[in-house]
Amino acid sequence: MATVEAPRGLELLEQLGKTNDGKSPLGCMQCGLCAASCPLGEAMKFPPRKLILQAAAGNLDKVLADPSLWMCVACYTCSLRCPRGIELTDGLWPALRDAAMQQGFQPPAELQETFQNVFKYGNMLGRSPRQRMEWAKDLDVRVLDLSKEPRPVDVLWLVGCYPSYYPRNQPVARAFARLLTQLGVTWGVLGAQEKAMGECDRMAGEEGLFETLVEANRKVLDKQDFRKLVVLDPHAFRALQKFYPRYGAWYPVQHYTTFLAERLEQLKPLIARPVEAVVTYHDNCCVGRRCSCYDPPRSLLQLIPGVKLVEMARNRDNALCCGGGGGGMWLDSHIVAQGGTRLSDLRVAQAAATGADTLAVSCPYELARFEDAAKVAGVEGRLKVRDIIELLAECMDLGERNVS
Amino acid sequence: MSAQDVLVVAEIQRETLGDVTLELLAAARGLATATGGQVVALVLTADGARYAPALAAADRIVVIDDPLLAAYSPEPFVAALQEIVAAEQPRAVLIGATSIGWDLAPLLAARLNVPLVTGGKAIQPDGDALRVTASFCGGKMLAEIQVAASPAIVMVLPGAYRPSSEVGKGETERRQLAAPLSDAAVRFDQWVLPAAGDLDITQQEILVAVGRGIQQKDNLELAEGLAQTLGGAVCASRPVIDQGWLPPTRQVGKSGMTVKPRCFIALGISGAPEHIEGMKDSDLIVAVNTDPKAPIFDVAHYGVVADVLDLVPALTEALKRS
Amino acid sequence: MKITVVVRQIPDLIEPLEIDSSGTAFDLGSASFIVNESDDHALEQAILLKEAGGATVSVVALDFGDIDNTLYTAAAKGADRIIKIALADETPPPPRAAAALYAKAIQPLSPDLVLIGVQAHDELDGGLSPFLAAALGLPYVGVICGVKPGAEQGTISVCKEFPGAVMARLNVKLPVVLGIVGAEQPPRYVPVARVRAAMKTTQFEEQEAATAAVGPAVSICRLYPPASGSHAEMLAGSEDEVAARIAEILAQKGLVK
Repeated sequence: MATVEAPRGLELLEQLGKTNDGKSPLGCMQCGLCAASCPLGEAMKFPPRKLILQAAAGNLDKVLADPSLWMCVACYTCSLRCPRGIELTDGLWPALRDAAMQQGFQPPAELQETFQNVFKYGNMLGRSPRQRMEWAKDLDVRVLDLSKEPRPVDVLWLVGCYPSYYPRNQPVARAFARLLTQLGVTWGVLGAQEKAMGECDRMAGEEGLFETLVEANRKVLDKQDFRKLVVLDPHAFRALQKFYPRYGAWYPVQHYTTFLAERLEQLKPLIARPVEAVVTYHDNCCVGRRCSCYDPPRSLLQLIPGVKLVEMARNRDNALCCGGGGGGMWLDSHIVAQGGTRLSDLRVAQAAATGADTLAVSCPYELARFEDAAKVAGVEGRLKVRDIIELLAECMDLGERNVS
Repeated sequence: MSAQDVLVVAEIQRETLGDVTLELLAAARGLATATGGQVVALVLTADGARYAPALAAADRIVVIDDPLLAAYSPEPFVAALQEIVAAEQPRAVLIGATSIGWDLAPLLAARLNVPLVTGGKAIQPDGDALRVTASFCGGKMLAEIQVAASPAIVMVLPGAYRPSSEVGKGETERRQLAAPLSDAAVRFDQWVLPAAGDLDITQQEILVAVGRGIQQKDNLELAEGLAQTLGGAVCASRPVIDQGWLPPTRQVGKSGMTVKPRCFIALGISGAPEHIEGMKDSDLIVAVNTDPKAPIFDVAHYGVVADVLDLVPALTEALKRS
Repeated sequence: MKITVVVRQIPDLIEPLEIDSSGTAFDLGSASFIVNESDDHALEQAILLKEAGGATVSVVALDFGDIDNTLYTAAAKGADRIIKIALADETPPPPRAAAALYAKAIQPLSPDLVLIGVQAHDELDGGLSPFLAAALGLPYVGVICGVKPGAEQGTISVCKEFPGAVMARLNVKLPVVLGIVGAEQPPRYVPVARVRAAMKTTQFEEQEAATAAVGPAVSICRLYPPASGSHAEMLAGSEDEVAARIAEILAQKGLVK
């Protein structure tokens, strides 16, 4: 085997301290706030503080070999609360996972398959890149495919893998296309040239795969002329905002909630009807705790007449993650096998407890996760899961049913 | 044997004549009737005469008794086959696309330097040549192939033909090989049977089968839920078994079990021939797959283009209500 | 033990394959290529034997499709030597003819064990694995799912798959060619960073195009996809509508308790 020298734990931790990712892990004082905050902390053999403890004590191999290493869902709660400011989520976990794979330790099989799918096809679903515009088939508004007709646009909209391919998410993409058109913004998409931004792969430890995506994506983006990128996926937002600039690939980027919240005055005239619903909003981790962004989604919901907004007990920086980040979308089996719980099950119960009839989300993973969880919790009949775009579309007559 | 005869290699494993042999005899009968030749079954095993009654569909049953043929090994089997075929020069040699067939057919073709076609679904004479319809690319593509030389070797897919009730002349003859068989490099040691204790899916009336479309081990729960509601059991195609999500005794297909339940629900299974082989005779087949062109829809009675993860919970609910 | 592994690229079926204007061959111009799955298993089996002790692994491949990525991945997994054979034409010859190309490259390696996937989905005139054995003049057995060192020197113990999850354990004297259907564990994952590192340190041994054998002819008269969905009655509608319809069908057949 082309040998990669096993890093000593201390060296790895020292190296982490030298990156942009916060303070050195060697400053950890073992307070345990991370383990106590982690929604899966009790089920982990090595919660963050123990990862540092064991790595520093020369037991790195034990840590790298343990299934516990694949339980983090990148919710950022530990990093937010760490009194020493250590970058656990963005620094420690991916670095250890990367080291594990480089040493030949195998990640869970489902995760391997998504890495291979992203590498081969540019999306974790394993769908052909040529079908990336499937969501736009027979759409009633014009979609400018910049890969075929490059021209300057205000907004280059990165649709995302789930909205492009996954049936439950495709109506969200279609509604957003109609909304952008109504706003009079010049916009376009990358069509078959669009690939995953790679945030989940990076957080799951595939730094090499992430780099190939940065290289491929910047080549495509640098050929286009646009004022800003708008994304539906908070993970893509996080990648473009925080990690791509490290490679010199900097683009102005907004998550759709921020983009729309800046245009409330233009959205108001589009409102055609009320939506009578008691809505609770789930703060996703990437456009939420990780960048302290909580108000734009709420301002959009409050724009809709008929919507009554109620908050879950755990909201904003204290929201409970749906469990889909950091590779979590494909780690449910693994997490459950280690004695953890599917976080989406817990979160849906929290949403139902507010008495809301609608759980509003703004991350593509959450539609699938929360709808499944609602079935498991038996609240499917009385709690609908909707993306904010779907609620806006309903009040503006831009949804599927409303279009003649 | 004349140049119009069709030779079928009878397959015997663990003292049982494989179903595929009867299918091959039907294929051979169809071909031989058109060429005006006879159907000849070749039995390669020790004490082969006892299988003659089961081979009544053949005109001639050639039995070679040799201790080196008592247990399977490619070299003596191919050597025996080669001698018989070279001496008799039939029009065609039909071999099942089975674990043994996948060894014998190509090795024989190489030794005799004659043409070989795999994935055979239908065979007709075409003047002096043969026309074979062959399936490949995981069942997603067909080829019409013309084979000019004789004998031509065709590997026939299990299930491509149905056994016929026609009875042939059924004459048995014992043959001695001119060249004695020698010791082989590959020697049979023992059969390894699957661990007992899990349920026998071949005895189930209702099977819920999962394939790659199930995506995560966790999602097996959905299939279990559906199976429980119907009073059936869960089984799987090869990729799921390879991952270790279910034991090998739950595998349906070429290397797994052949099942004929009253109802077979295929979830996220594309329908490659190796899998179809194991379930095509189910009374009622309902298939769910996101690909409208999945070959499974060619054997299913009812099909749905949908994501398994969405449809199965809805189906389980609908069944509970009814 | 000297092990040689053959790995192949085959057209990816994620998109339907285009048939060219003659109707008798594929138009591979717009196709993408992937490693043949059972060859991946063959490589994994070889690496497992190497890790068990005392084996060297050489990988032989035709220069076609995305083979470079497959070969660098093989290097990252631990292959000791990588031999890449140039092609005289644009596409590889069919398996029976290709056997001669591979045999020419493999003969000088004098392997004790040749591992190759038992099947590839683009094969019509037989599997490469047994024809390769014939071209090398070596014994062959296929549909193998496990390889272990044998009780005696110069032998291995292998498992051949049969229906019903039954296996036959066979004792095999080396040298031999095995058609692998599955390794003892699924092919391991190697992170992209390791493959990229291999790109910097691995040297392929490039060999010239050899002439393919001319085997007995099978001529393809026509290629066509099967009439899709011609058999099943397709049910459409919302999940709930379809679910209700299926429940109805099952109830009608007396299958619902």
